[in-house]
Amino acid sequence: MIITVNGETKEIVREINLGELLELLALPSERIAIELNREVVRKKDWAHITIKDADKIEVVHFVGGG
Amino acid sequence: MSDLFKLADKTFNSRLIIGTGKYRSFTEMQDAHTASGAEMVTVAVNRVPLDRATESFLDYLNPQMQILPNTAGCFDAEHAIRTARLAREALETDWIKLEVIGDKVTLLPDNEQTLEAARILVKEGFIVLPYFSDDLIMARKLLDIGCPAVMPLAAPIGSGLGVQNPANLKIMREQLPDAVIIVDAGVGVPSDAAMAMELGADAILMNTAIAEAKNAAQMATAMKLAVQAGRLGYLAGRMPKRLYASASSPIEGAIR
Repeated sequence: MIITVNGETKEIVREINLGELLELLALPSERIAIELNREVVRKKDWAHITIKDADKIEVVHFVGGG
Repeated sequence: MSDLFKLADKTFNSRLIIGTGKYRSFTEMQDAHTASGAEMVTVAVNRVPLDRATESFLDYLNPQMQILPNTAGCFDAEHAIRTARLAREALETDWIKLEVIGDKVTLLPDNEQTLEAARILVKEGFIVLPYFSDDLIMARKLLDIGCPAVMPLAAPIGSGLGVQNPANLKIMREQLPDAVIIVDAGVGVPSDAAMAMELGADAILMNTAIAEAKNAAQMATAMKLAVQAGRLGYLAGRMPKRLYASASSPIEGAIR
């Protein structure tokens, strides 16, 4: 299936949940937030939500700003 | 004399809030933060890069400091609301500096979209600190819907032009005597910060003026002192302006 993560197209070959997606992409899991199709997903739910084809996911962290 | 800065449910000693952007190194940022005496720092929400490992930027912040995430880079209410929700989830804070930009060249705020986003975020329980144009009527609307403070600009973000419209700030102060007014953006030098405080601002939020100084820590100290000086000057109450001179030494009794 094809999904979009932070604007980039990614092909996922097996069924995975949001927590596994972070591992697959080698992304940090602390002090980040995930949005699935424009809705924030609570951290406690990451392991329970399976990614579907055409999902749009945003993974954010914090950077310097004013 | 105790002159604490009360904002929403928190109390601060410092009336200077500073940013974390544009520093040449994390060490320089840390030194500037320490020198500033600030107790609250702003951070931006951004996509995690997928092509490289990143270190946690937040690890470089003093854990004693209150972190204020912003919605920088958002050009409409919907994006700002989504960004605020993400920040709350990641940082477990209800505080948000609401910034909805209307134009990429000037980075001036879109007041209409800001008000719309603020209304929804306040209903969702956020402590909304909105950046907006220095306009009394807009300030009233933001306060009416439940923002605990308003953050008018002094000049465009990162311009360093200083207070471009002192009359607007003074009017806002006089007409909204109980409101918390934080001047956000546009300060370039310490005298700008002092001026904004003398006009009655309760606090100042700045980033570029410190981060782009040749010596950021030194400028942070200067800003700390300027904010304190301006605050004291405001509380002390200025002398009246006169068109003509008023002698300080007695003229009568001088030798002829």
